Amino acid sequence: MCFSTLLWGEGYDTTLFATIWTKPVLLNIKLTLVLLLSSVHLQQQGENIPPPAKYGGRHTVTLIPGDGIGPELLNHVREVFRFTCVPVDFEMVNVNSALETDDDMNNAITAIRRNGVALKGNIETKHTLPASVKSRNNVLRTSLDLYANVMHCQSLPGVQTRHKNIDIMIIRENTEGEYSSLEHESVSGVVESLKIITRNNSIRIADYAFKLARERGRRRVTAVHKANIMKLGDGLFLQCCREVASGYPDITFDSMIVDNTTMQLVSKPQQFDVMVMPNLYGNVVSNVCAGLVGGPGLVPGANYGRDYAVFETATRNTGKSIAEKNIANPTAMLLASCLMLDHLNLNDYASLIQNAVLTTMNETRLHTADLGGQGTTSEVVQSVMRVIQSKGQFTAEL
Amino acid sequence: VFRGKSRHDDPLYARSVRNPETALQPPVTAGRSRPVRLPAPPARYGGRHTVTLIPGDGIGPELAKHVCELFRFCCVPVDFEVVNVDSTKTSEDDINNAIMAIRRNGVALKGNIETNHNLPPSHKSRNSLLRTTLDLYASVMHSQSLPGVRTHHRNIDIITIRENTEGEYSSLEHESVPGVVECLKIITRTKSLRIADYAFRTAREKGRRRVTAIHKANIMKLGDGLFLECCKEVASGYPEITFNSMIVDNTTMQLVSRPQQFDVMVMPNLYGNVVSNVCAGLVGGPGLVPGANYGENYAVFETGTRNTGKSIANKNTANPTAMLLASCLLLDHLKLHGYASMIRKAILSTITDSQLHTADLGGKGSTSEMVQSIMDAIQSSGPRTQRH
Repeated sequence: MCFSTLLWGEGYDTTLFATIWTKPVLLNIKLTLVLLLSSVHLQQQGENIPPPAKYGGRHTVTLIPGDGIGPELLNHVREVFRFTCVPVDFEMVNVNSALETDDDMNNAITAIRRNGVALKGNIETKHTLPASVKSRNNVLRTSLDLYANVMHCQSLPGVQTRHKNIDIMIIRENTEGEYSSLEHESVSGVVESLKIITRNNSIRIADYAFKLARERGRRRVTAVHKANIMKLGDGLFLQCCREVASGYPDITFDSMIVDNTTMQLVSKPQQFDVMVMPNLYGNVVSNVCAGLVGGPGLVPGANYGRDYAVFETATRNTGKSIAEKNIANPTAMLLASCLMLDHLNLNDYASLIQNAVLTTMNETRLHTADLGGQGTTSEVVQSVMRVIQSKGQFTAEL
Repeated sequence: VFRGKSRHDDPLYARSVRNPETALQPPVTAGRSRPVRLPAPPARYGGRHTVTLIPGDGIGPELAKHVCELFRFCCVPVDFEVVNVDSTKTSEDDINNAIMAIRRNGVALKGNIETNHNLPPSHKSRNSLLRTTLDLYASVMHSQSLPGVRTHHRNIDIITIRENTEGEYSSLEHESVPGVVECLKIITRTKSLRIADYAFRTAREKGRRRVTAIHKANIMKLGDGLFLECCKEVASGYPEITFNSMIVDNTTMQLVSRPQQFDVMVMPNLYGNVVSNVCAGLVGGPGLVPGANYGENYAVFETGTRNTGKSIANKNTANPTAMLLASCLLLDHLKLHGYASMIRKAILSTITDSQLHTADLGGKGSTSEMVQSIMDAIQSSGPRTQRH
């Protein structure tokens, strides 16, 4: 049987990943399937068979802890996964944000290329380093060409907010636009930043948006732009969206200028369904929506590329001020891990953990500081695990 | 050209009136005590100011007409020079005329001029052209929760100061390779220092305690980094005012959850656009907040969120509050503070009456009803007014 050994801990900078094949591949897979089919939790789940995975039925996912609250939240994710016996192994890769070299980042990117999927915390961009040191998160997204950032903002039943019944999907172009990091100071005191919009990327993201809208049964897609001022740039983006829209007659397409959009979002957010936009507007609009549904601790985000997928919290906060105080809200990271499980086609585990998290959110006394309560992170995670156990699944000991 | 202190000193005025002593007294109206005469500040050309009026498109013309009506009713010593700008034409003559008129008068009140998407990209936004040509570098918008308007958040009082001439609005774009467009965002040291200085000076004048700079310097390190650096430099010269900075995405998220934490915000052009619209949405919508564009030598007043309002044009449902409050800012700029506070008080008393709320505030009132009510409120408070 083939197995993989993972060593991780606080003192290790790199991961040792050893896969030892003791028998031919086919026999391994058969054995694995037999083992899986006969396991207890499958009997309890009924007909659901997890899809064949590589390396003995277990998926390997890269884990990048990042800075601030990242490490502790990802520890909790691992804890929950271990408890629920999710067939996912984590390959941890640390990225040190204080170093100027790119080696750490390159290791992380290689690991993601190897595994195909990653779960990450936010890597801090230190302002004291010179401007040539690019934002690590940005480098990751552009190297892996994770062109679509998808964020689903939904009003959660247990969370008190000023607006109710919000259900907005935000699809944001993730690789170009204002985040191209191309700047120069040709004359001292005058800085030019380039914002790049290309036809290919715009068509690609528009196509992604419409395909996703169709899959999820959504009726309307809104493109957010500033084409009255940036006529060529956002004009091109808008034109590409219109072209793609003509191929999806069942979905209504309209467009709105970004300033009007943000104003409408704070007064009547229920009018929006799916929104697609370039990078910077996506950043602002997604943060507004996250604020509307309850804050940065609640919404998960996903970055999809053609070959890779990276999951993280939607608003990408490092949370340095609340790091290691046990008050961070783990919901966003746990829901992001559920998105990851959905991506790996482990849908049952995903819905199990998601239901547990939402049930826990309904209890006001467990709410963490960002929701106005006094609960701690570990209490929330404990409660999630208890709910999972009560569902009768095969779990490790509490 | 006369530059005396008051109309008493004006030889032309004294000679043109048959009986100077009684002419200076207000007309006696039956059944009312003598109303208070507001002293007029020194103005050129006979005590009356001339202000350029650009009606614009959409709801602009009707709101501008209401402003004229109100000013005439209150006997405000302001004359409007109307300059029309046709947004469908490609030639820049109209806007150049308007700019010349503003240079002549120094002050303007404008509605938003529509930017037609069907015209080629070489046709620049007329509003943008006006702002850059006159170097109106500071756009100031004061978002305050108004007493009669119900919103999700209370007690908001934020001044947003936005750099108005550079940044993403430089209109410098080119398509070097087909299918790849580059837009240039320009940040300069001189303009950043200028806007930061303006922000801190305004904060000091208005007795504000904190200035927050909004940026995205983690991504645009050189550009927004320069802006932030300039703000920090200027902040060191104002020790009584606290200075902090916040990234734009976090700012918008904080604005929708806890807007009361913000005091004065200073930022480059595009973030200013988004943040000021969020603030306007928080206090009740585009129909309530006035905006002002200040330059070295000129000032132009308009609604805060610069909406054309094409869909509600000529339907008598537009909210006149923003434009009327903008005209009060205009009067303050001209140092006609008495008239400004009088009109402002009347507007606030009208807004408190939810019967009169227009459609954007969830009511069924019409524009003309609101303006009528404001004029009634002014008449009842006593100053000399025209007959209806």
